[in-house]
Amino acid sequence: MTEPFLVVEDLTVKFPTEDGLVNAVTELSYSVEQGRTLGIVGESGSGKSVSSMAVLGLHDTRTARITGSIKVGGQEVVGLGESKLRKLRGREVAMIFQDALAALHPFYKVGSQLAEAYLVHHPSASKRDARRKAVEMLDRVGIPQPDRRVDDFPHQFSGGMRQRAMIAMGLINDPKLLIADEPTTALDVTVQAQILDLLQDLQREFDSAVIIITHDLGVIAEMADDILVMYGGRGVEHGPAKEVLTRPLMPYTWGLLSSVPDVAGDTAAKLVPIPGNPPSLLDPPSGCAFHPRCAHSDKVQGNLCSTALPRLEPGPSGPGHLTRCHLSDPATVFETEVLPVIAPDLLEES
Amino acid sequence: MTDVNHPPQQPENPAVTEGEELSADNREQRLSFADLADSGHAAAQLRTDVEPVLTVEDLKMWFPVKSSGLVRRTIGHVQAVDGISFQVPRGGSLGLVGESGCGKSTTGRLITRLYTPTAGSMRFGEKQVDLATMSNRELKPIRRDVQMIFQDPYTSLNPRHTVGAIIGAPLEVHKVVPKNKVLPRVQELLEIVGLNPEHYNRYPNEFSGGQRQRIGIARALTLNPKLLVADEPVSALDVSIQAQVINLLQELQAEFDIAFLFIAHDLAVVRHFCPEVAVMYLGKIVEIADRDSIYGHAHHPYTQALLSAVPDIKSAGHGRRERIRLEGDVPSPINPPSGCRFRTRCPLAQEICAKVEPPLLQIGPRHKVACHFAGEIGRHPATPVTAGLLGVDKQGSPDPGTTPQPVGTNPGYDKEWFDLGSQQMVSA
Repeated sequence: MTEPFLVVEDLTVKFPTEDGLVNAVTELSYSVEQGRTLGIVGESGSGKSVSSMAVLGLHDTRTARITGSIKVGGQEVVGLGESKLRKLRGREVAMIFQDALAALHPFYKVGSQLAEAYLVHHPSASKRDARRKAVEMLDRVGIPQPDRRVDDFPHQFSGGMRQRAMIAMGLINDPKLLIADEPTTALDVTVQAQILDLLQDLQREFDSAVIIITHDLGVIAEMADDILVMYGGRGVEHGPAKEVLTRPLMPYTWGLLSSVPDVAGDTAAKLVPIPGNPPSLLDPPSGCAFHPRCAHSDKVQGNLCSTALPRLEPGPSGPGHLTRCHLSDPATVFETEVLPVIAPDLLEES
Repeated sequence: MTDVNHPPQQPENPAVTEGEELSADNREQRLSFADLADSGHAAAQLRTDVEPVLTVEDLKMWFPVKSSGLVRRTIGHVQAVDGISFQVPRGGSLGLVGESGCGKSTTGRLITRLYTPTAGSMRFGEKQVDLATMSNRELKPIRRDVQMIFQDPYTSLNPRHTVGAIIGAPLEVHKVVPKNKVLPRVQELLEIVGLNPEHYNRYPNEFSGGQRQRIGIARALTLNPKLLVADEPVSALDVSIQAQVINLLQELQAEFDIAFLFIAHDLAVVRHFCPEVAVMYLGKIVEIADRDSIYGHAHHPYTQALLSAVPDIKSAGHGRRERIRLEGDVPSPINPPSGCRFRTRCPLAQEICAKVEPPLLQIGPRHKVACHFAGEIGRHPATPVTAGLLGVDKQGSPDPGTTPQPVGTNPGYDKEWFDLGSQQMVSA
């Protein structure tokens, strides 16, 4: 087996602020292989965006305290100098942001912004080549009449087209890793479907590794091969997508699943919210960060949940499915308590 | 109904509401999953026996487009809402879904009369007063009964006002209670929406997104409304908080018998909250029906495309389903396509679709659809089902052999409907 393209190990990101040290990401480890898609899911403030920005070295090293290791194609990114990082960005790793209108410069034509991204990594290429490449990429992402639209300004594009232009810009240098941070959150469902189809087609074509960051479990379910659930800056569950979504082991993942109605599920299914709010990263709860909101910690002996941090380790369903929880038999709890409430129809099937 | 003279009512489900207030001192208090599950709600059920609180008929909102230059002539209209009719049952909820720019938010703003409609009527309440033609002075007492919840809890609350001032403002504007009774009512409302009543003196920035949305809901509840227009009430919130707010809205609806016009783009949330749903496309309602008909037996190709585009959690590991791909973007509402507005993106479109606009035809006890080729997915008829009713031939040209019949004029549902199988009017 080959070494995964991206290997993140014990990544910790802290930001000093006036109120104290913000523990944005704590001891996070994951890896993504070429041609695979990792979905990172979590609420706002769970550290999912901060951790992926660290992969691109986008944090200000004068303030952010980053420890641990991020290896992109074997190269260590943590502590890498700005000029070397610049060679990496766009070329090896590209990022697609949520708000395409804010990420594209309003004063420059879409085509020249794409061409610039190309020229940065192909200094010997002529402007004409860069423009031809921009047209080619716009065509590739399905923008009609690309030779004409290349001279449009971002405001002349619709929301879906802007997102396509962003993807074109991300892929113009054939990066080996694409990080999509909430790529479809601002879009309508029909446009979202178009963009997700596009991302999958392009991934197949370029055989790149993809990290898709979202809070939408539906998007994750359709796109991801593996899922990493983050809570309070830590990974709390990690495994193959189907395992995590159908046989989740961590009560927070149960909470996420029971919080969203399903468009095709049983109408007798109840919507069970997670009580309370996400934790403060300034002063994370002791023990398991989820214990103040957890409805299952009564099943754990003593005060273990509030005193000891559980390790992220393989659960009962095999070595590939990790969970961070003190529950001794989470699979049974899920099947007997949670599933009958949130998806009574699934129970009858099985 | 709550009354200011009565003591504050306890919220029905303390389990959820106290959760929001978890702090260092009450962390020890444990909620078991069984308690939580009891506080959750299943999807709302349809009540067919109640009369409508709101009847909207042929509602239109055309925004003028002005030319540039000194003489700003009107050179066109954005047909944001173009002749829609529907009913909202008392204490029930109607969901309004569609892509951005389809006119769903404009509809909400018309009903709250933030816009004055170009044409049409909106009859409200027991007296069936027409909101569309009332003056601002006449409207003031009605505004108590029709309130709105906004999408963004960060921009819809004034950051310089305390929560008490925000929630109490409607009471002072409408002079419903004496000044010294405002605070008790504010505290009562805070408790109803699951916030600490002692926090009336705080500012919005001291609350989280979910808590702010609760403040917005408390403000909308202040005057005991009969109808709440909720424009994307949960789409700005985190997943776990969304469920808290949806449950709260379901509790409030049951407790105070409030009708909802629930505007959202999230089809799964609408399915959970609304027993009836209307699908809009480019200013028109293309399909309106009860939940099972829309989500299980959609007959309009746009509804089918919309539903097939929703990512499904259960699809995990199966890869992406085959879906109906809609090409391109929504056309401009300034110059919408002739005939059926969806025909430019519709996989079924034929000649008749460009010539004749399909009427919103009732095809079931609680199911109306506006399509010449209405049918369940994969079973659309080859010939237009509407031709006979409209007095046209299969290509949409006038047919002297048939007489057109009036179709789709009732904003509610008729006892008789057009059966697609037998091509005849039938009744239950």
